[in-house]
Amino acid sequence: MEVTINNIRKEFERFPALNDVSLKIGSGELIALLGPSGSGKTTLLRLIAGLDFPTAGQIFFGAEDASHHSVQERNVGFVFQHYALFRHMTVAENIGFGLKVRPSSSRPPKTEIRKRVSNLLDMVQLGGLEKRYPNQLSGGQRQRVALARAMAIEPRILLLDEPFGALDAKVRKELRRWLREFHDRTGHTTVFVTHDQEEALELADRVVVMSQGKIEQVGSADDVYDRPGSPFVFSFIGESSQLPVEVKDGTVLFQGQPIGISETGDGAGELFFRPEDVNLIDTQDALFGKVTASRRLAGTRIAEIDIANNGHPPYHVEVEVPLHAPVELGSEVRFRPTRWKIFRK
Amino acid sequence: MTATAAVARARWRLKRPSIIPGFGLTLGFSLAYLSLIILIPIAGLFWRTAALGPGGFMAILMDYRTLRALYVSFGTAFVAALVNVVFGVIVAWVLTRYNFPGRRLIDAMVDLPFALPTAVAGIALTALYAPQGWVGSLFMPFRIAFTPLGIVIALIFIGLPFVVRTVQPVMEELDREMEEAAATLGANRFQTISKVILPGLTPAILTGFALAFARGVGEYGSVIFIAGNIPYVSEIAPLLIVIKLEEFNYAGATAIATIMLLISFAMLFVINLIQAWSRRRYGNA
Repeated sequence: MEVTINNIRKEFERFPALNDVSLKIGSGELIALLGPSGSGKTTLLRLIAGLDFPTAGQIFFGAEDASHHSVQERNVGFVFQHYALFRHMTVAENIGFGLKVRPSSSRPPKTEIRKRVSNLLDMVQLGGLEKRYPNQLSGGQRQRVALARAMAIEPRILLLDEPFGALDAKVRKELRRWLREFHDRTGHTTVFVTHDQEEALELADRVVVMSQGKIEQVGSADDVYDRPGSPFVFSFIGESSQLPVEVKDGTVLFQGQPIGISETGDGAGELFFRPEDVNLIDTQDALFGKVTASRRLAGTRIAEIDIANNGHPPYHVEVEVPLHAPVELGSEVRFRPTRWKIFRK
Repeated sequence: MTATAAVARARWRLKRPSIIPGFGLTLGFSLAYLSLIILIPIAGLFWRTAALGPGGFMAILMDYRTLRALYVSFGTAFVAALVNVVFGVIVAWVLTRYNFPGRRLIDAMVDLPFALPTAVAGIALTALYAPQGWVGSLFMPFRIAFTPLGIVIALIFIGLPFVVRTVQPVMEELDREMEEAAATLGANRFQTISKVILPGLTPAILTGFALAFARGVGEYGSVIFIAGNIPYVSEIAPLLIVIKLEEFNYAGATAIATIMLLISFAMLFVINLIQAWSRRRYGNA
């Protein structure tokens, strides 16, 4: 099912949570809504589900305008961060709930419900736990029951609100891979919300980066990491440092001095680069500063460097250095970004 | 290795190490206190009753007036507690779910039956529901006051806060996401309430019912004004006890008290069992 979101605005008591958001979600896509808290990503998910209604704008399911359809009419599967399982029902009753509450004209017979529940349990690899109550399950098992329950109603799209947020790191990783496989097998259009960029980049076909009620960038993991479209995306995804620079006659100047990189188009801007896109270099036209800390990070070393700023607090940058590079505390290092982006003011 | 483990386990059972000190002291105090306040007076009750002998006890128990009074007491308390469950849950719902002007005032009003002297409540209710009263006159020739229906009304008044105050905090804690989950699964509002919300409230509702019921069985002050106290019809067991006391028939009074105590205890025990069961089933709601 294709979902089209047209110029959605949502205000909570005059406070805008979403501001003119448009997005096209292709059929069968796995989409991540990524952003810090308060960026409006959960609000957007709830609007798609019909748990909230937009102040302005439309939501289309295929060609059908679903903007004013109730949550029951939309027939979406929704998985909550804290599972929201019905505590007084067994696993089987939880999963069968959506079928049992249907009007008698479309409700499948009891034996059919039982069969479907047991198929779904097998699908989420929890066969044999029908009679358990939610409080007898682990967090990861509960989340899979919640997913099976959402799938039981044969939803048109599947929406997950921080589905792994309440789980510990190891289970989270396992479930992440499992969800990817699950999606590839069932082919449901799926949207999930997360503030964990690793999760979004690893799992999603396309990542929607959001900030302050707006979409900053939509793209594949490679797009948003390698070609960030805005200063926010550059600093939010992955590690990065930034410095104010000026471009004059094709060379980039920092504090009035050339730093050995060139760029077209004159004017002031903000230079962004990632720690791994840096070379230590021993020439005059480079950035330089004092090493204030260095820490081992898996196969590399990260050096934290303070760049003096004429009596103001120094600029702080992080660069990745080879393990045996001479980066003693307090020593001066010179370096140049090899890949960078300048966002104009 | 296994031997020391076994020893450690045995010691474990004798005294569980706890970071909270004073287990012995507080348990000793609790037992002594409960004995003084509850157990000894109740033992005295049984002892006084025992003076009657089994024959005398059975005679009082099988007396038609006693049976009717017990029936009226427990029957009206039961009906009033049931009514309170229905309307108490609605009041708790309104107080927790909606924000409206005067909500705090209504919230405070719920506690009034706790604070008001019961005799005052009884007189006020009688004035209202008597055949000449504001409300009572509307229903004439059907009489409310001076019938068991009047008793039920007094007990509803007395018992309401017990249900509201036990259900309200649990309702506040209810997970809104559970309702939203039900909605996404296609359940309408009625199905969500009956299949998702109410089952989660069951333990709290049972507690509220038990408290309202227990309070209703023992209620005296407000009931005697509105009941009319017609023997065999609207005479409650506590009143019968007072009547026996005024006749200096202490053994008879304590015998009725003992019977009430046993019935109440049995009923509360059953309710407790149901609660324990539902708590096990529904998690620690």
